[in-house]
Order: sequence, then C-alpha cells, then structure tokens
Amino acid sequence: MVAAVLADGLHKTYQVPVRGAGIQAALKSLVHRETEAVQAVKNVNLEIAEGEVVGFLGPNGAGKTTTIKMLTGLLHPTTGIAQVFGYQPAKREHQFLMQITLVMGQRNQLLWDIPVIDSFDRNRVIYKVSKTDYEKTLDELVALLDLDSLLHKPVRNLSLGERMKCEIAVALLHRPRMLFLDEPTIGLDVTMQRKLREFITQYNQQTGATVLLTSHYMADVQALCKRVIVIHHGSILFDGYLDHLVQRFTAHKTISIKLSDPLVDLSGYGELITRSEEQAAFRIPNREAANFTSRLLRDLDIVDLTVEDPPIEEIIESVFNQSA
Amino acid sequence: MLAQIQYRASGVIWMIGSIIEPVIFLVVWSRVARARGGEVGGYAENEFAAYYIVLMLVNHVTFTWIMHVFQSRIQFGQLSFQLMRPVHPIHEDLSDNVAYKIVQLTVMLPAVIILILIFQPKFNFEMWSLLLAVPAIILALAVRFTLEWTLALVAFWTTRVNAINQSYFAIIMFFSGRVAPMALLPVTIQSIASALPFYYMIAFPVELLLGKLTPAQALTNIVIQLGWLAFALMLLVSLWKVAVKQYSAVGN
Repeated sequence: MVAAVLADGLHKTYQVPVRGAGIQAALKSLVHRETEAVQAVKNVNLEIAEGEVVGFLGPNGAGKTTTIKMLTGLLHPTTGIAQVFGYQPAKREHQFLMQITLVMGQRNQLLWDIPVIDSFDRNRVIYKVSKTDYEKTLDELVALLDLDSLLHKPVRNLSLGERMKCEIAVALLHRPRMLFLDEPTIGLDVTMQRKLREFITQYNQQTGATVLLTSHYMADVQALCKRVIVIHHGSILFDGYLDHLVQRFTAHKTISIKLSDPLVDLSGYGELITRSEEQAAFRIPNREAANFTSRLLRDLDIVDLTVEDPPIEEIIESVFNQSA
Repeated sequence: MLAQIQYRASGVIWMIGSIIEPVIFLVVWSRVARARGGEVGGYAENEFAAYYIVLMLVNHVTFTWIMHVFQSRIQFGQLSFQLMRPVHPIHEDLSDNVAYKIVQLTVMLPAVIILILIFQPKFNFEMWSLLLAVPAIILALAVRFTLEWTLALVAFWTTRVNAINQSYFAIIMFFSGRVAPMALLPVTIQSIASALPFYYMIAFPVELLLGKLTPAQALTNIVIQLGWLAFALMLLVSLWKVAVKQYSAVGN
C-alpha cells in the first residue's frame, strides 16, 4: 500500500540575505549582497499511513511549517523526496490538489467582502463537488461547527474565531483525503477548540482521512493524536506514540497522597513538592516510583494515593531543552 | 462578481479616475484643433471627442490592475492558498476582471452619454468595422491581460515592483494612443509603436471603430494581435513555472 505521506531525506535550505547594522553595512550591501544558507529542515524521514492522525510538534522555527509546505507542494525541497499518496507535491498535479487541504491559522481563503456562503459555493465549483454531496457536507459542517448564523454575513464582519470556523469548513467542503492542519484551533475559545477536536476525530473516523496537525495547544494533540513527531532545529527528535514520548522524556512522576493523620512527619521519604495538612505531593524518579509507593503504603495510614505524569506541556518543554 | 458589487462608492470613485483622464486629453486636443483652424493630424475637433470617448470605453474593457496587487498577494501569503487549489490563479483574476467591467458599465455608460451630449462627437461607424471591432477588442483585452499578468510575476523576484510598474505605465500611456492619436506622433515613434504590443491593446480598436483604417489594415492588425497573444501566453506559461518553483511562500 502507498503511504499517505512519505518523506525521505528531506532537506530545505533557504538563502537569507544578511546585512550588518549601520550605514556602512547598508552601502556595502549595495555592491555586494551577502546571503547566508539557513537549513530549515535537515534530513527529515517520516511515513504516515492512510487514516492516521499525527501530531507534529516543535517550538517556533523548528521546521514544522517548512515541512508542511514541502508536503503540500508550496515549497520545493532542496534535496530529498516528498510524496503524498504517491504524488510529488511540488508538481502540484490536479489530482493531488483535489485530494488535500491546508488550513493555516489566521490565513484566509474566504473572500473578504462577500458572505461566507458565496465562498463556499466558489469552492464547490472549483473542486467540482456535486450539488447533493455539497449540501450533505455543508449540513454536517454547519451542525458541527455552529455555522448557521454566520453563513450569510460578509467575512469582514466575523470575529477571528468565527472566521476560523468558516476557514476550516471551506477547507473541508471537497472532503479531502489528506488534511494538513497548521494551528487549526488558534483564536478559538475553549468550547470551540473542543468541538473542533471532536469534529476532526469524527471526520477521521467517518472518512478514513489522514491528518497531520501542528498545534501549540497540547490538549489538541492529546485529544487527537496517538502518534506524535517532534521536530527541533530542523531534525526529527522523536517519532512514536505519545505515551512513549512521555515515558522516554519524563524522569519523574508526581505522587500525591491524602493522609488520615495531618501531623505525620513526611521528611526523609523523598522530594516533597507540596504539603498541606492532610495533602502532600512528592516528585519521585520513575525508577523508584514503585518502591516508593509501597513504602508509603506500608508506613503510613493513607486515604488516597495517585501517581501522575507531569503535564504534557512540561514534558515537551523538557524534550526541547534536552536537545538544545 | 459578487465581490465587485459590494463596494458601490469605491467603484464609482475609481471610475471617476478613468473618465477624467480621457476627458482632459479630449479638451486639450479639441482646443489645439480649433487653434489650428479646425484640424490636427487628420482629426477634426469633434473627431477628437469621438476618439477619446471610444478610447475611454476600450480602455475600460481592456485595463487590468493585476500589477498593483500581485506583490501583496505574495507578501501576505495569499498566493499560497491560490496555489493549493486545483485551478490556476489566473482564472480568478480573469473572472474578477470581467465581473468588474460588467458592473462598472453602469457608471461608464451614463458617463458616455453625458460626454456625447457635451462634446458632440462625430462618429463614422461602418458595419464591417463595428463587426471587426468585436474580435479586436476581445483580443486587445486578452493581449493586455496576459502581458500584464506576466509582468506582474516580476514580484516573485523583487519586492520593489513599483519602479517597474511606473515605467510600464509611462510606456503604455505613450505608445497606446492615450496621450495622442498615433497619427499625431512623429513617424519614427509611430514605427516603434507598431513594433510594440501597446498600440494593439488600446488604440487599434479605437481607430478601427472610428473608421480610420482600411479593412486590410484592420485584418493585418488582428493577425498581429494574435501573434502578440501567442507570444504573451508562451511567456506567461514558462515564466510561471520558474516563478512557482522559486516561490518560497514568504509572509507565512
């Protein structure tokens, strides 16, 4: 079977003009322009099977967007191979473009001055969607994203969140098989973010579409993606299950207890993070967590005990810090 | 089309600009003709009125604004979305262009009627020239649209397209018969103009409509228009390929 997305030794180098500060440097650059090669993406290899929902993580400037642009055909790779459903994206073949979509946070493909529904209709024509399919998809999108009251307003009169919803809807009208979502929940309130996540999950389950998603909201990633790919300084640091990422990059667990006796002495057990009368939390290295827990249970009269991984944001941060 | 109807006031203001320019030249050249005893370069006073009223219409049909907007389209990443669609972006521009012109006829036609009442132009319409003017005007639009769309691609290589645009507008102003009818220009300039595409984008259909050309001249010019169109299309296709390849999707 052809992989939905395939990248093999993908490199992208930008030539960026550089110039020192001040008049002298400005004059010098009139005669001789200096450029500097910046490697935005270095030897990226990845394979995504059809139907997968994959989170693509990395700090700003890590190479996420550059990679997505190469996979959608907006950028030509400097070297290496990019393939989506066997198509070479940079060729921008008609059949390829008909099957994919790209949502980039805050960018709009809606026509600014006219009602949303007219932009929808334009995409129906461009993507040659039949009237019946269009009506059906539109109804679903309207219901899922609460678009009813927005369809007949000009785009310029919408709020950012309202516009994002419409952007996502217009990007999905042709029922793409491959979704590139670059920060799709940006600008949305918490409820809308949750709804959109549910919608993406549902869309993925119903249509078997493949999704590659970047987001700064870890809640998006946790809710949607079993698998994550972490990119930093243009190279892939991690590619695997989100659970494994947590295991691999967290050295500690947080163990919280509730005691029946508020006066008990907890010193000497381990690193105590918080302590109120009957509540306490420890930060314990993973390896020692099991022993530590049994020791606590043996020694103390414990009402309640929970073992947790640190929040995912913290983990991701530590991934980036370790490789910096 | 719908986007063009949205801003009624700005539409009218834009149109005032495209009406004032030919009216100024009309007034100037009519005065010159009167001072010279009623005629300059084969144009009588009321023929200048006819020339500039028809020119205003032909210019309205054939003008484009693509060179003004292409840079910001690249700069703000709008082009990325156009590239993601399974249609060439030129389709959107062409339909926008045609839509704008149709909508603006509602301003243009009353203006023409008013100008006719004020300046009493003398038209020498003939059936054959009216008929040939239809393909001539369509080709004039096609040549101008294709050529200016191609020139707009310069924005892929430089972000300072203004200097290039300004030079282009000066050249087209002069060589397309907008400053003066071709017959008034020195012979050398006339022969340069006939080797350039600009005459065929505006002045040629005007002269055809005014009965200044013989059927043979008209047909020759239509063949030349076809030649320019083929050239411009070839240029567009090859330049577009290179442009997209080096497009680094800036601004996003």
